[in-house]
Amino acid sequence: MFNKSRNATALEKSGPVEEFEGRSLWHDARIRLFRNKAAVGSMIILAIIALMAIFAPMLSPFEYDEIDWGYIQEGPNWENGHIFGTDGNGRDLFIRILYGARVSLAVGLLATAVSLVIGVTYGAIAGYFGGRIDNIMMRFVDVMYSLPFMFFVIMLMVVFGRNIFLIFVALGAVEWLTMARIVRGQTLSIRRREFIEAAHATGVSSFKIIFRHVIPNVLGPVIVYMTLTIPQVILTESFLSFLGLGVQEPLTSWGVLISEGAKVIEASTWMLVYPAIFLALTLFCFNFIGDGLRDALDPKDR
Amino acid sequence: MNAIPETPLLSVRDLRVHFSLPGKGLFGKPRTLKAVDGVDFDLFPGETLGIVGESGCGKSTLGRAILQLIPPTAGQVVWLGKDIVGTRDRDLQPLRRDLQIIFQDPLASLNPRMTIGEIIAEPLVTHKADLGKAEIRNRVKTMMARVGLLPQMINRYPHEFSGGQCQRIGIARAMILEPKLIVCDEPVSALDVSIQAQIVNLLQDLQRDFGLSMLFISHDLSVVRHICQRILVLYLGNVMELADRDTIYAAPKHPYTKALISAVPIPDPELERSKERIVLKGDLPSPINPPSGCVFRTRCPFAKEKCATDIPMIETLGPSHQVACHFHGRM
Repeated sequence: MFNKSRNATALEKSGPVEEFEGRSLWHDARIRLFRNKAAVGSMIILAIIALMAIFAPMLSPFEYDEIDWGYIQEGPNWENGHIFGTDGNGRDLFIRILYGARVSLAVGLLATAVSLVIGVTYGAIAGYFGGRIDNIMMRFVDVMYSLPFMFFVIMLMVVFGRNIFLIFVALGAVEWLTMARIVRGQTLSIRRREFIEAAHATGVSSFKIIFRHVIPNVLGPVIVYMTLTIPQVILTESFLSFLGLGVQEPLTSWGVLISEGAKVIEASTWMLVYPAIFLALTLFCFNFIGDGLRDALDPKDR
Repeated sequence: MNAIPETPLLSVRDLRVHFSLPGKGLFGKPRTLKAVDGVDFDLFPGETLGIVGESGCGKSTLGRAILQLIPPTAGQVVWLGKDIVGTRDRDLQPLRRDLQIIFQDPLASLNPRMTIGEIIAEPLVTHKADLGKAEIRNRVKTMMARVGLLPQMINRYPHEFSGGQCQRIGIARAMILEPKLIVCDEPVSALDVSIQAQIVNLLQDLQRDFGLSMLFISHDLSVVRHICQRILVLYLGNVMELADRDTIYAAPKHPYTKALISAVPIPDPELERSKERIVLKGDLPSPINPPSGCVFRTRCPFAKEKCATDIPMIETLGPSHQVACHFHGRM
């Protein structure tokens, strides 16, 4: 039977006094993620694409806006250095794809980050306080949802002119809505848990409860959704560029390149195929990572 | 427990907790669920008061209403001479360090993303942040050793512990500020019997060392008998009987208490077989639509006409024995 003095002596005898390191749920998830071959392969490919985008100027003798008058709309050719060929203005396609990767990836990451910060905070507050606050906040989200996205983007363009930052804002402003809904739903189920009540009983303030107890526990589904949002945002940006609402020449993005290639698909297939391969590869990778993360963070769902 | 009149630490006066529910159908009238409906009792320093009753009788709601985790609808909770019902959260903050709670489900009451060191330290960080990190860590380790956990485990996470150990973590978190009152909300009912004994003894140990008062909510009458000095019997949010432990087990006056006590198994097969068992029929009535008069009359073997019309008042039988029944002397 439990006994104080015997317990104390047992403690003294219990060997090493150094503290054991615990293994957190995050640590477990990381191990499971790195066992997933598809996810690890995707991370490697993505890292290569990202590095190529960052060090683009070193990888090609050409400039992205440099016109090579001798080779206008020529196919891939290793001898003259245009390994992916040139576009209708005689610009090297390889370097333009890498510069397009910069824009596409930046839009994907930044817009997702914006949606993450707004969505998580908004959803957690709505879900935690509940009642009337929740109702008002979520009805606002519903109203925003019902706004046609294209209309919203065109309105922003009309008011502020064409600007790459506008794309970040427009995409972030739309993507956070779903994030807020997901986080709110998760928060609703978590705020009834006893550890939240324990924190409340101790006198921890509501905002500390939200940031210390609620958000770390909703982060699992959020991270998964985030990896699925990035490709979605890249696609949406491509779509906007395809319609001519995206980045401006001579700067480019994958969407712009695909749009240009699609126009000349019969004459110069390479102008469509190469950017499309990069876009598809990136989207695949993000989806595989998202999949791997879902399995890693919630092993029960497999 | 002797009956020397001291000043109570906590006085609960006519406490009511009602929840409003939406009506049935689109245009139904909103209904009220009376979870706790007029409870009175005093709790003295160093005392353990058991609150017993079957599932859904409002035990947990009562405990949470006292801690102001659920706002009471009416009545008073007088803590050290001051009514704390309706106090704003910010003003409750200093009181919270004296009022703590231990939960039924040990694992659910611990944040799975925090190390147990962080969990146990949270009350200290909230109320005594000026102590400094090293001192807080020190105190956490001392408290861990005190409740029977290895201090080296400080960096581990809740899922790495067993149920009994998790309950010890919960107790350490509740004890770290050395509170005056702990509400134990069925602290042992999720545990194995052998672990139950350890946890109950630990609670008694801590109570003796720190001069704690406890509200011990449970449906396990054997555990309550072991740890509590006085016992409050709750039925459908109403007090049925309140008495000293020995009085209530030796001479229960209320038919409901009698039925509860007769259900406790006796660890002797002969006695167990020969004892008189009062079996209650039916289920607990809905607290949305409680019976008129005495709430227990629908299941009471002795119910008479008067029980359906008049609500029984709480009668005082002895220095510390109260019962709410019209016919307590005549059964």
